[in-house]
Amino acid sequence: MDELKSPILQVRHLSKSFGDNVVLRDINFETRHGNVICIIGASGSGKSTLLRCINMLETPTSGQILFHGQDITGKGIDINAYRAKVGMVFQSFNLFNNMTVLGNCMAGVTKVLKKDKKTAEDTAMKYLSKVGMAEYINAKPHQLSGGQKQRVAIARALAMEPEVLLFDEPTSALDPQMVGEVLEVMRSLAKEGMTMVIVTHEMAFARDVSSRVVFMKDGVVAEEGEPAELFGNPKQEATKDFLARFRNQ
Amino acid sequence: MNLPGDADFFGWVLYIAKHYGVIFLNGAGVTLLLALVGTLIGCVIGLLVGVLRTLPVRRDANPFVKTLHRLLQFILAAYIEVFRGTPMIVQAMVLYYGSMQVFKVDMTPLFAGFFVVSINTGAYMAETVLGGIDSIDIGQTEGAMAIGMSHWQTMLYVIMPQTLRNILPQIGNNLIINIKDTSVLNVISVTELYFSGNSAAGAFMRYFEVFFLICVIYFVMTFTCSRLLLWIEHKIDGSSYYSLVKSDMMADPSGHNPVHMGGGKTWTN
Ligand SMILES: Nc1ncnc2c1ncn2[C@@H]1O[C@H](COP(=O)(O)OP(=O)(O)OP(=O)(O)O)[C@@H](O)[C@H]1O
Ligand SMILES: [Mg+2]
Repeated sequence: MDELKSPILQVRHLSKSFGDNVVLRDINFETRHGNVICIIGASGSGKSTLLRCINMLETPTSGQILFHGQDITGKGIDINAYRAKVGMVFQSFNLFNNMTVLGNCMAGVTKVLKKDKKTAEDTAMKYLSKVGMAEYINAKPHQLSGGQKQRVAIARALAMEPEVLLFDEPTSALDPQMVGEVLEVMRSLAKEGMTMVIVTHEMAFARDVSSRVVFMKDGVVAEEGEPAELFGNPKQEATKDFLARFRNQ
Repeated sequence: MNLPGDADFFGWVLYIAKHYGVIFLNGAGVTLLLALVGTLIGCVIGLLVGVLRTLPVRRDANPFVKTLHRLLQFILAAYIEVFRGTPMIVQAMVLYYGSMQVFKVDMTPLFAGFFVVSINTGAYMAETVLGGIDSIDIGQTEGAMAIGMSHWQTMLYVIMPQTLRNILPQIGNNLIINIKDTSVLNVISVTELYFSGNSAAGAFMRYFEVFFLICVIYFVMTFTCSRLLLWIEHKIDGSSYYSLVKSDMMADPSGHNPVHMGGGKTWTN
C-alpha cells in the first residue's frame, strides 16, 4: 500500500542554467505509482531539459530529484542503477544502429541487469509483441519506419521493467500517419498502470491519458492541474493563450 | 654464368626473378608481416588511446582524480603529436640506436621494426578513432546511458562497433600505407622487400630491372589488400533486407503477449 501512496519521483526546487541562460527555475512536481503526467508548453520552455535532468543526462544546477525519497543528484549515487529503473524514450528514437531490433531490446537486460540470454530474449519478445514489433526482430533500425522505430524504442525501455518511463515528444519526429500507432501503444501502457512522465504536443492525447498536466512557460511551471480542469478551464492567461494557439492550428 | 645482354631488359628481369625470386618473396613476407602486425597492434593502441581520450571525469571528482585525468590527457596528446610530427624513418633510427646506447637493449632490427610501425600507426589510428567516435550521433550514447549502461559498456557495445565499421576504410588505408612505408625500415637493416631489392641490385648493378620487379610485388600486395578490405566491408554490412518472423512461428501459448489494441484487432500486420 505504501508503494501506492508515497511518491516515486519528486522534483524539488529544480533549477538549471546553461552558462548565463537560466532554462529551468524552481520546478516542483511529483509523481506516484500509476500516474501519467503530461508536460506541455511552447518550444524552448524547458520541457526537454526538465526530463533530461530527471534522467541525469543533464546535471541540475540546484534543487533535488528524489527517487523513493533518495536524492539522486547527491554524491555517491549509482546513476546507472537509477537509470535502469527510470526509462527514457527520445524524440529521435536513439535505437542502437549496430544492433537488430531484438538486440536493441536485449542489450540492457543482459549488460545492465545481467540477466542470462534466454531470460533477456523472452523479456524482449514479450515487450516487442506488446508494441506489435515481434515480426521485425531481425531488422536493423535503418530499415524501419519512424513509427516502428519508436515502438521498438518503447519496447527497449519496457524490457528493463522500469518503475517510471519518461517520454520526450515521442511522436514529434513522426509523419502524421505514424503518430497514431505510437500513441496507441502509450495509451495501452497508461491503461495498464505504467507510471509515465510525457512531454507532448498532442493535446487530445494529454487530455485523455494524464492524471495531471503540467504547463511550462519560460522555464517555470505556469500552471498544473487535472486534465479536465487545465484544458477546460485554465486559470492563467499564459495557459489560455497557449491552448488557444493550439486550437487554431 | 650466362648473363643477359646489357640492353636486354626482359632478359634481366627474368634472370633476376629466377635467382632472387625466393629472396624477394621472403622480403615481401617480412613486409607483409610488418604491415599486418603493425597495423593490428596499431589499431589496438589507437582504439585504447582514442577511448581514453573520451574518458569523462565527473565534475564532483576529487582533485587528485582530476589532476591524474589531466596528466593522462596530456601524455596521450603528446604521444599523438610527436609520432605524427616526425618521419617514421627517423623514429626507427632513434629507437633502434637509442635503445642500444641508452638502455643497453639490443633488440633485433625486426623487433624494432614491429615496434616503430605499431606505435606510429597507433598515433594515426588514435586520431582516426577519436574522429570516428565524434561522428557517432550523441543520441547513441544517450540511448545507452538511458538504460543504465556505464561509459565503458556504452563504448564497448554501442559506440565502438559503429566506430570500427565507419573507420574500416581508414584502417585499410593504414595497412596499405604500412605495406609501402615499412620500406624505410631498411635503414635499420630489416630484411623487408626494399632491402632485399637493394642487395640484389647492388650485386648486378641492375637497379632498374630489380626495382621494376620490386615495384610489381609491392603493387600486387597493396592491390590484393585493398580488394580484400572492400570484400570484408561488404560482408560486415550484411544483407540489405530483413525477413519477417511470422507470428505463428513464435506463437505464445499463454496468449498473453499479442496485445489487442483498440477495436480488438490483433496489432501485428
Ligand atoms: N545544451 C544546451 N546548452 C545551452 N542551452 C541549451 C542547451 N539545451 C537547451 N538549451 C536551451 O534551453 C532552453 C530550453 O530548451 P528545451 O530543449 O528544454 O526546450 P523544450 O521545451 O524541450 O522545447 P521543444 O518543444 O522545442 O523541444 C532553450 O532556450 C534552449 O536553447
Ligand atoms: Mg524538447
